[in-house]
Amino acid sequence: MSSNPELSALFNRGYQHGFVTDIESDTVPPGLDESVIRLISAKKREPKFLLDWRLRAFEHWRTMREPHWAHLHYPPLDYGAISYYSAPRPKGDGPKSLAEVDPKLLETYAKLGVPLHERARLAGVAVDAVFDSVSVATTFKERLAEAGVVFCPFSEAVISHPQLLEEYLGSVVPYTDNFFATLNSAVFTDGSFVYVPPGVRCPMELSTYFRINAAKTGQFERTLIIAAAGSHVSYLEGCTAPMRDENQLHAAVVELIALEDAQIKYSTVQNWYPGDAQGRGGIYNFVTKRGECRGRNSRISWTQVETGSAITWKYPGCVLRGENSVGEFYSVATANNFQQADTGTKMIHIGANSRSTIVSKGISAGHGQNTYRGLVKIMPSARGARNFTRCDSLLLGPQCGAHTFPYIETRNPGATVEHEASTSRISEDQLFYCQQRGLSTEDAVNMIVSGFCRDVFRELPMEFAVEAQNLLAVTLEGAVG
Amino acid sequence: MSAPLLQIDSLSASAGGTPLLHGVSLSVNAGEVHAIMGPNGSGKSTLAHVLAGRPGYLITGGTVRFDGADLLALPPEERARAGLFLGFQYPVEIPGVSNAYLLKAALNARRRQRGEPEIDAFDFLNLVRERMRTMHIDDALLTRGVNEGFSGGEKKRNEILQMLVMEPRLALLDETDSGLDIDALKIVGHGINSLRAPERAVVVITHYQRLLDYVVPDQVHVLARGRIVRSGNRSLALELEQRGYDWLLEAATAGA
Repeated sequence: MSSNPELSALFNRGYQHGFVTDIESDTVPPGLDESVIRLISAKKREPKFLLDWRLRAFEHWRTMREPHWAHLHYPPLDYGAISYYSAPRPKGDGPKSLAEVDPKLLETYAKLGVPLHERARLAGVAVDAVFDSVSVATTFKERLAEAGVVFCPFSEAVISHPQLLEEYLGSVVPYTDNFFATLNSAVFTDGSFVYVPPGVRCPMELSTYFRINAAKTGQFERTLIIAAAGSHVSYLEGCTAPMRDENQLHAAVVELIALEDAQIKYSTVQNWYPGDAQGRGGIYNFVTKRGECRGRNSRISWTQVETGSAITWKYPGCVLRGENSVGEFYSVATANNFQQADTGTKMIHIGANSRSTIVSKGISAGHGQNTYRGLVKIMPSARGARNFTRCDSLLLGPQCGAHTFPYIETRNPGATVEHEASTSRISEDQLFYCQQRGLSTEDAVNMIVSGFCRDVFRELPMEFAVEAQNLLAVTLEGAVG
Repeated sequence: MSAPLLQIDSLSASAGGTPLLHGVSLSVNAGEVHAIMGPNGSGKSTLAHVLAGRPGYLITGGTVRFDGADLLALPPEERARAGLFLGFQYPVEIPGVSNAYLLKAALNARRRQRGEPEIDAFDFLNLVRERMRTMHIDDALLTRGVNEGFSGGEKKRNEILQMLVMEPRLALLDETDSGLDIDALKIVGHGINSLRAPERAVVVITHYQRLLDYVVPDQVHVLARGRIVRSGNRSLALELEQRGYDWLLEAATAGA
C-alpha cells in the first residue's frame, strides 16, 4: 500500500457523534456496594423478586474475577471509580408523553439522526431512546399496543409485566453467567422490553437508541425480547457516546427467547466512541448477548456492524434447543487506529436438525487488532445438526492484525460442520482498476470494503443498511496508509 | 488542423530502476485508430500503464499532452474522468461489488467531469442493457461481483462494456484480443467500432493482426525494446504477420 501516496493522505472526518448534551442529571457517587443496588431498585420501584435477584448477582460478582482470556490489552478497570446510575433530572414528575420530554433530549436525538417526534420518524420504525441509565422516550407505543405488542422501557415493564419478567429474566443469561453479565444483573438500570404475543407479526421495526452522555458513568442496560409461538419481530439497536479522554464502561445484557415457530431478527449498529487516533479514551464494550430458540422451528438471527468502541468484547450466540431451530450470525467488525475487537458467536446445538450459519467479516486498519472467536458446539441430542461458518479478514495497512479462534466441539458424529476462512488485503491492482474507472482512492477503498461486507449488509433492514455503509466509510477514513 | 488528441513526446520511463521506455513519441488525432504491435516485453503494456497513471513507474523524460492538458500531472482517476480509458489485459476481480455498481460509479464520475447530473436509475439501466446487447453479455452479469468468476472471454467483453458505458475520448486497449475465440473477437471488434467517432480515438495494443481485420487501423506502430521502431499503415501489420518481428529488431539494434 505504501507505494500509493494518496492512500496515506486520505482525510479524516473523525467521529461524528462526540458532542456532550448539557443537561442536569441525577448521578449517584462513584462506587458500588449493596446500598447503590438498593437505591437503583428503589428508584425504579421494583418488586422484591428483582431486588433479591440483583443482590444475589452482586454477592456472586464479588467472588468473580475479571476475565482476561480475550485477545485484548487494557489496564485494569477500577469498578470503584464508576458511577452506576445517572439520569437526566426530570422536570416535575417525569414525562408522560413526548410533549413533556426535555427539549434538550429531543434535540440530542435529532442531532444523532434519531428524531423522536413520531411524525418525523420513518413510518415503519418505533424507537425507545435510552439516555445514560434511563429510557427517555418510546415512540409508536399505541400503534404497537393495537397489535398486542409490548415495547417499553425495561423499568416500565418491571411495573406493568412483572410476571413475564419473573419468568424470563435471566433464563437465557443467568446472573452467574460471566463477570460482566453478573455485574450487569446487579446494577442494570434500563433498556428495552419486547413481548410479541402468539401469532403476531410485529407491524413495524422496533429499535432502541442507546446514548451515553454523563462522564465517569457506566452504562448497564438490559434488553429482553420474548417472541411467543408463531410470532415475528425485527429489532434494531444503535449506540453512540461523546468523545472523552477517559474510558467508559458499557456492560449490557441482551436476552432473546423464541418459542415455537417464532422468529427474532436482532440487528446492531454499534458506534460507541472509539477513542482518538492515539488510542486515548473510548468505550469499553463488554456485552453479553444470547438468544434461545426454545421452540420447534424457531429462528434467531443476529446481525451486527461493530465500528465503534475502544474495546469490543461480545459473542452474540444462539442456544438451539428446539428441533429444526435455526441460528444465524452475520457480523462486520472494524478495528482502526488503536481499537481492539474480540468478537464472534456461540452456536450451541441441542435440538435435532438444528442449523446455524456464521458469516464474519473483520476489517483491521491502523494499529487495530481484530479477533474472531467463535464456538460451535454440537450436543449428543443434536442429530442431523448442521453448521456453516465463513470467516473473512481484510487488512488495510501493515500495522494492524487479524486473528481467528474457531472452536468446534462435536459430540454427535452425524453432525455436519463446515468452516471456511480467508485473509486478504486490498490490492494495488484493485485500487488502480477502480481509479482507472474514475473513482477516487477513497471511494475505491469504500467500495471494495462494502463489497467485502456485502453478505452481512444485505441482512440488515433497509434503514440500517445505508447507515451502516456510511458509518463504515467514516470509520475507515484515514485508515489506509 | 487542430492539435492531436494525444501527443507523446520522447517519453521515457522506468520501474524499479530498470528503464522500460526510451523516448517514445506518438501522436493520435481524434477520429483515428492506431495499433501498437510488438514482441513480448517490448514495453507495450508499460506504455499503456504509464499513460493511465499506474503507480510504480518513474517518468524519466518527455511529455504527454491529452486533449491539451499535461496528462502526466494528473492522478489516475482524473485521467479517467477526462476521458482516457484503459482496457486491462488482466481485469481484476472485486468480490461483492456488483458490476452494475461499478459501471454506474464510473459513468457518474465521467458525467460529473462534464458538468452533468448523476444518471437516473432507469436511464442507466436502459443504457447499460443496450450496451450489454452490443457485447452479447447476459443480464445476470450485471448483479454479479465485478469480474468475479467471469471466464476470460467474459472479462474482456466486460472491459469493452465499461468502455461503451463511459464513452471515453481515448481508449487504450491492452491486448483485449488475447484469449478470445473467433466469435468473441468479432463481438469485441464490433464493440470497439461502435465507439468510433470523429471526436474519439482508439489505440489497440496487440500481438496479432487478427483483431485488425475487424478494427481497421489508420496507423500501425511497432514498439521494440521501449522504442517505436517502425510506423506504417495497415499493410505493416500484414507484413509483420508474414515476417515476424525479428527483421525489425535487427534493424533497431543496428540503428541503436
